[in-house]
Amino acid sequence: MALRMWASSTANALRLSTASRPHFSPLSRCFSSVVDGLKYANSHEWVKHEGAVATVGITDHAQDHLGEVVFVDLPDVGGSVTKATGFGAVESVKATSDINSPISGEIVEVNSKLSETPGLINSSPYEDGWMIKIKPSNPSELESLMGAKEYTKFCEEEDASH
Amino acid sequence: MATRKVGLPLMNVISMKGVPILQQLEIEECLLRTSSDNWCIINDGTNKPNIVMGISGKPSELVEIKPVIEDKIPVIRRFTGGGTVIVDDGTIFVSFICNKDSVPDVQPYPRPIMSWSSLLYSKVFHGIADFKLRENDYVFGVRKFGGNAQSITKNRWIHHTSFLWDYKTRNMSYLKVPKRAPDYRLARDHLDFICPMKDYLSRSDFIDKTIEAARSHFSLASSDPPSNFEFTPTSKLLTKQELEAALIKTH
Repeated sequence: MALRMWASSTANALRLSTASRPHFSPLSRCFSSVVDGLKYANSHEWVKHEGAVATVGITDHAQDHLGEVVFVDLPDVGGSVTKATGFGAVESVKATSDINSPISGEIVEVNSKLSETPGLINSSPYEDGWMIKIKPSNPSELESLMGAKEYTKFCEEEDASH
Repeated sequence: MATRKVGLPLMNVISMKGVPILQQLEIEECLLRTSSDNWCIINDGTNKPNIVMGISGKPSELVEIKPVIEDKIPVIRRFTGGGTVIVDDGTIFVSFICNKDSVPDVQPYPRPIMSWSSLLYSKVFHGIADFKLRENDYVFGVRKFGGNAQSITKNRWIHHTSFLWDYKTRNMSYLKVPKRAPDYRLARDHLDFICPMKDYLSRSDFIDKTIEAARSHFSLASSDPPSNFEFTPTSKLLTKQELEAALIKTH
């Protein structure tokens, strides 16, 4: 257990040094990656707030643990999402797994590419694998989410405890 | 049945026999989504043959639609992931619905849950058969006798299994060989790929041993299935029109 935690700490140091770059790097594929500038929920979704719109997807940690995504069930544009409540699901291995929204708001766009290419969630979780775009109804909800360092530590502790 | 070990989380056990599979799925989804308890649901056979696909299943790819329509075999799309099975009175269903905090050593993701389940069932088949979890299927040697599927929510999960205690050879002909099949299947058709549990143990022995294996993780208490629940399930029976539309797609 101690060796695993040491290795995990070293990996985290590596992750943070690569995560300081603004874009996701394929060089960091050895371990789950965390991107600076995003906010993170404890259910492993990320949100990127840019102006009036927030983009949501699942993290590299989540896609790695879920396995190959073969199907994505997403809501319709115009619907609403509520913080910490499910808005869709992914299918991987033999499981459907709920996806929860980190914030509340109105859905203004849905990634239609995911119906034909659900694997984008695995290969590009922070970019091409985005799921929905929201017009936030309460932007202050972002403040209660984790930053990159906090989320990295959260994942490390979660993996270490199992 | 109602023995309680201090320190283990409580699990309610619902024992059913011959309940229609759609009703079983509705009970399961309701308990997953609206209950905060742990549950084990056992259904010893379902009342008539049904085809049950996973959440993303497409009948045009998975089912021989023409004979299914002609023979009026119901086709259900269930709320969990995974593949397609044809179930009947020879199928034994066992489902575990757990709070993730009740099984704290198991991360709430597909593979850890699958591993946990295989440890539980290895106790059931210890000394009886060469049981393994192989690419998400339960096998004796290289033959599948149990198919698994899961649904994972924020704090809870269900892992359910359809066990082939026995099956009718002719029913397997309603199913196509799926495009996505486990590597160990090696392009075998259904009858060369599966095997019945009845060659190894009786129905009652299997159910008793499963309950005993669950007892090592949980304090068990008998329960009745919920009734009149206010919940809209997502598992659904496909209509004849939907099947006919899928048939057109295959041509």
